Amino acid sequence: MTAKLLVGLDGHASGDRALAHAQKLAQLIGDCELVVAYIVEWSPFSFHTQEENAERHKRREEEISTAMTRVVDPAVKKLNDAGLKAIGGVRHGDVAEALIAIGKKHNIDQIIVGRSSEGGFSRRIFGSAVSNLVMSASVPVTVVN
Amino acid sequence: MKTIQSALLSLLAVIGFANTAYAQEAMTLDQKVNEIFANVTGPFVGLIFAPFPGTDFPWIVLWLVTAATVFTLYFAFVQVRFFGHAIALVKGDYSDPQDAGEVSHFQALATALSGTVGLGNIAGVAVAVGIGGPGATFWMIVAGLMGMASKFTECTLGVKYRNEYEDGTVSGGPMYYLSKGFKELGLPGGKILAVVFSVFCILGALGGGNMFQANQAHAQIAGIVGDYPGWITGVIFAAVVFAVIVGGIKSIARVTEKVVPFMGILYVGAAIIILIVNYDKIGWAFGQVIEGAFTGLGVAGGFVGALIQGFKRAAFSNEAGVGSAAIAHSAVRTKEPITEGCVSLLEPFIDTVVVCTMTALVITISGQLITDPDTGQFILNEAGTAVKTIGDTSGVELTSAAFGSSISWFPYVLAVAVVLFAFSTMISWSYYGLKSWTYMFGEGKKKELVFKIIFCIFVIIGAAANLGPVIDFSDAAIFSMAVVNVFGLYFLMKLVKKELHSYSSRLSTGEIQKFKD
Repeated sequence: MTAKLLVGLDGHASGDRALAHAQKLAQLIGDCELVVAYIVEWSPFSFHTQEENAERHKRREEEISTAMTRVVDPAVKKLNDAGLKAIGGVRHGDVAEALIAIGKKHNIDQIIVGRSSEGGFSRRIFGSAVSNLVMSASVPVTVVN
Repeated sequence: MKTIQSALLSLLAVIGFANTAYAQEAMTLDQKVNEIFANVTGPFVGLIFAPFPGTDFPWIVLWLVTAATVFTLYFAFVQVRFFGHAIALVKGDYSDPQDAGEVSHFQALATALSGTVGLGNIAGVAVAVGIGGPGATFWMIVAGLMGMASKFTECTLGVKYRNEYEDGTVSGGPMYYLSKGFKELGLPGGKILAVVFSVFCILGALGGGNMFQANQAHAQIAGIVGDYPGWITGVIFAAVVFAVIVGGIKSIARVTEKVVPFMGILYVGAAIIILIVNYDKIGWAFGQVIEGAFTGLGVAGGFVGALIQGFKRAAFSNEAGVGSAAIAHSAVRTKEPITEGCVSLLEPFIDTVVVCTMTALVITISGQLITDPDTGQFILNEAGTAVKTIGDTSGVELTSAAFGSSISWFPYVLAVAVVLFAFSTMISWSYYGLKSWTYMFGEGKKKELVFKIIFCIFVIIGAAANLGPVIDFSDAAIFSMAVVNVFGLYFLMKLVKKELHSYSSRLSTGEIQKFKD
């Protein structure tokens, strides 16, 4: 049976550490497939101006292509170069919710993320994306320091 | 960059001119602006508000009432049948998670609301209740409920016939559905209607979407810090609007977009608190509303006066049938235009049925409208044009006084809210006006800049002129949009019916399903 790992990247060093850890795990497992995901933090309940709304589709496409070329594609290539099977994608939404949804879609066995760098006020109120993920995911979550 | 520099210079020149003029004739600048403005716009206002021969009833009011009634009946009370579905759509129950990151139904509704909820709900209602008495509220609610069907029709068409450009941006609104829809039906004149609508939309953007806002924002600030010339407020407002729409300083707009909903909630919250504190008077207030709706309770023009005011101010506040919302709602990304039509029908409900009614009840309960203790009838002012109020207030000052009589510090909060509402409405309308402008003259930085500068100049004129001529012109300009838009909607409504039929049958067969439970 093939094991499936999901790696959540954030474009920062913590994401790189998560990727390195996932690569190590996959190599140890042997028969393993990886899904690399970058989530653009986005809420359908935020407020926009008219102009932002009119340009939203264009911006979304730009956000996806930037994240793909800068973060996801290099990560997938790195894994492929190491002889591992990997696919990647970019999604908009709440980080924890989106990672859980991707996990369910691909029948993921484990989610690996870096410890998030967000802090301050919003973290105190809403908790960080990582802690939300740990609390609500139905599969094991590895948080890489 | 050069264009921005020259635009800045032009604006400074206008400000400089105003300054010199003020220095020369310190006492009369505002009055002069007012006089010239009233003379120039008088004939246009007269035409739009012309009464039926032999009556006092303006034809435009009947035009709007008829439209709302026709759409309500034609779509078999869509506002009742799809109300629950509209809420499910806004909650995102039917949104495909794959489309996350696109404009959501909630965002389209919130943006459209930030353009409509504002002074119409605070100042406009006070004008309606001041002239038409509490009975005007009843007709305002009726107009709001019926207007939901007009909004549904125009916003469905707005999404269906919008333009999507290669770069991924979208433009929509009556000018697009009038021209494309008429062509699809093989009818002539769509293009002409689109251009006429665009002209009126630009006037509406300069009037109700700009001058009225600047005027009432000035009245509110002057009421707190003491009287000073209106053009000063105008210049400051114009500079900030200029910074946003020409300078592209999005941070100001973004802050406003976030603060305005908060202010809206605060406003409704304060109104609810006042109503709770005065719970014993709520029954009496509703009694006044119902009784006044059919008898007028002695207000100028009797029950017809109440009806005219109610319908006029409701239309001005929720803009149903005017066509502006179709521009705002067309940005949403959906495969089903009907869904946006459904969402948009919540707009007149929130704006008029909820927020306007709150304002009207607070004014009625506050006792600011003076009644004869013996007869219970309202006492009219010296001119006999409106109900006499404590301190002879009208418009936003009346609302302020009404809230202030229960919560003494609330006028200060209201002043901030009015300024922010005015600002966000201006930004929204500058966009509507700009879309009409570019429809007529084509896209392009220079062409856009010309409109934006004109827009800023009108901010100054609006703040300097008196409420009377400004409100007349604002109403006339906005209603003239409705003349063209509603005329076109009568021809296009069968296209909406086809869409609605297809959508509701797929909804009932389960072809369209929820993504969330």
